[in-house]
Amino acid sequence: MAWTWFHRLGSPPYIYGLAMRLTPWFAWTAGLLIVGGTFGGLVLAPPDYQQGDDYRIIYVHAPSAWMSLMVYSTMAVSAAVGLIWRIKVAHAAAASCAPVGASFTFVALVTGSLWGQRMWGTYWEWDPRLTFELILLFQYLGYMGLRSAIEDTQRADRASAVLAVVGIVNVPIIHYSVLWWNSLHQAPSVMQLAKPTIPPSMLVPLLMMFLGFTLLFVALLLVRVRAEILNRERSASWIREAVT
Amino acid sequence: MSSSALEVSTRRGATSFFEVARLMLARDIRLALRKRGQLVQPLAFFAIVTTLFPLGISPELSRLREVAPGVLWVAALLSSLLALEFLFRDDAQDGTLEQHVLSGQSLTWMLFAKTAAHWVLTGVPLALMAPLAGMSLGVPASSIGGIILSVALGTVALSLIGSVGAALTLGVKRNGALLSLLTLPLSMPVLIFGARATELAIKGEGFAAPLYLLGAIAVLGITLAPLATAMAVRINME
Amino acid sequence: MVAQSVDTSPYGGKPLNLRDSAAIFPMSAGPMSQPCLQAENLHLWRGDHHVLRGVGLTLSAGECLQVAGSNGAGKTSLLRTLTGLMYPEEGRVLWRGADIRRDLAGFHADLAYIGHEPPLKSDLTPRENLRYWVGVRRELSGTLVDQALERVGATNYRQRAVRTLSAGQKRRVALAGLLLMAAPLWLLDEPTTHLDAEGQRLLGVLIDEQTAGGGLVVAATHQALPVVRTLARRVELNAPDLSGAPP
Repeated sequence: MAWTWFHRLGSPPYIYGLAMRLTPWFAWTAGLLIVGGTFGGLVLAPPDYQQGDDYRIIYVHAPSAWMSLMVYSTMAVSAAVGLIWRIKVAHAAAASCAPVGASFTFVALVTGSLWGQRMWGTYWEWDPRLTFELILLFQYLGYMGLRSAIEDTQRADRASAVLAVVGIVNVPIIHYSVLWWNSLHQAPSVMQLAKPTIPPSMLVPLLMMFLGFTLLFVALLLVRVRAEILNRERSASWIREAVT
Repeated sequence: MSSSALEVSTRRGATSFFEVARLMLARDIRLALRKRGQLVQPLAFFAIVTTLFPLGISPELSRLREVAPGVLWVAALLSSLLALEFLFRDDAQDGTLEQHVLSGQSLTWMLFAKTAAHWVLTGVPLALMAPLAGMSLGVPASSIGGIILSVALGTVALSLIGSVGAALTLGVKRNGALLSLLTLPLSMPVLIFGARATELAIKGEGFAAPLYLLGAIAVLGITLAPLATAMAVRINME
Repeated sequence: MVAQSVDTSPYGGKPLNLRDSAAIFPMSAGPMSQPCLQAENLHLWRGDHHVLRGVGLTLSAGECLQVAGSNGAGKTSLLRTLTGLMYPEEGRVLWRGADIRRDLAGFHADLAYIGHEPPLKSDLTPRENLRYWVGVRRELSGTLVDQALERVGATNYRQRAVRTLSAGQKRRVALAGLLLMAAPLWLLDEPTTHLDAEGQRLLGVLIDEQTAGGGLVVAATHQALPVVRTLARRVELNAPDLSGAPP
């Protein structure tokens, strides 16, 4: 009985319908949070005493970087689920994550680069966190490349799933790189739950952006999964009823 | 000689673990020696690439010495990528890889033996050639030992990481660029630590620390890569 | 896509649609450890093609099954699903009464599979090929290898590189490998290709011996198997269904 939800989650028609119903909720909430967070971060929050207004790029940079890691983890977990239990919807979900994650990584790198120019005087530095984040971008590209190179969908699913799972090692490396190495990046200040050292007026918009980006990812994922299911099941009978 | 199937239990008399590895190693080495041209290609590539840098940068040995670690390692990385092509390709094409999967023995172990043979055939020669290339870049003769050691250890990790990529791209034609895209990102730590070890060896300082890290990556590779490689091979058999 | 009408098998068996086979060939009585191959309700999709539609079969010790069908009907897919290389979307394969997925290695130890091409390295000699191919499965001595090669009539070219051999000669070496593997279950894909009359006769003799010894043979071929004493049951696979997507 406990497994029926698990089996339902593996059914493409069910996920197709569920995704359709849930998308507006996530999309609108994400939109509100992002707009609110942007406004709060760019207008309401006070300027930093060290960096002035330059720091405001953190409202895009930090959530993007965080999402790049979270999306990869989601992708790797879906891929593993698809690999172990042979659930096609899980593979569709992993495939849908990749472009979104690559975009987040790209945004993180670009915004980080711009910020770095202001803070450290250079567009790029080969410090560990940046280097491994760049590697993460290549991992996303490799995943998408492998998928498109293999013609048989099932084989492409499973091979890229192995790649995604193997590559998960990079995620903790990126996350802990600021602790393990002397890095230009600052030590985590938001994640300290005990006493954040950032004032609330700066922190709240940042948290809104984090949450907004997460919900945005979910909304994008739902839309992409629907499209992916539509593509894979295009000759199935239930599609005709669902689409009309 | 009839095959009385009910009498012969194939589990009785099944080949032992070590014999399986010995056979796989012997097979691959024998095959490679019959096709010596294929073996030489990565080494020739290595020599050519290391020659390109002095032509592109500057013939002054003092300047070359500074970039030598990086040059050696990038060349070694690219050469081992080239060599990865013949790890599984032939076996996949003539159906022998399929027989490995169907042998009833541990595929992980068999593929690990294959990767080990690959390292002996490509990594070790690279490690022995590297000091020569290094000396052409103005590296002192005292660092030969350090260079051999770091390249030998680094190529262990490269062979293992590469075997995963090679297994994943088995079904893809013209997989050179894709194989690079898959293998190079995960090989970057090897490059970083290997170049560091070589640099310290050239300077005459103690290079144990990065060597330990290279060793750690190699051990991680030995324990995890064959599992992923076996899974990837099975996926491509479907 | 209806099963084509086929000529009655020269061995007196009736051609059957595999979908009905499960009802018609009941499982033989006997202990579970007896060599016995069963397939239950196999469904396999390759992309959008529904290649195997509810295929079932039962094969007991000493039996030989010939799987016929036009090109693309799914013979190779069925064979590969039986080996466990391909994973059916539905249904399962049983060996000695147990699902092969439970102990795939054990199943493979009992299985000899030869695909379309003989699995030989072109740079090695037949002797070396057999030593590496079968030697990883079970202990072999040089004498045993030589005996097998002699049995298939390959003694003359046993020390020549395989790339110098003709297709028929390579097939014979593969048959020697089959002998050496000493497996209870043989799954052969198009075993008669490239064999001359003498080679075909040899194949027939080997299959006869295998079944006489209690082994099982499944051969995918549209040619009649050159067996003499074995009663080969022949089944026909329909062409794949092109409509309908996987579940």
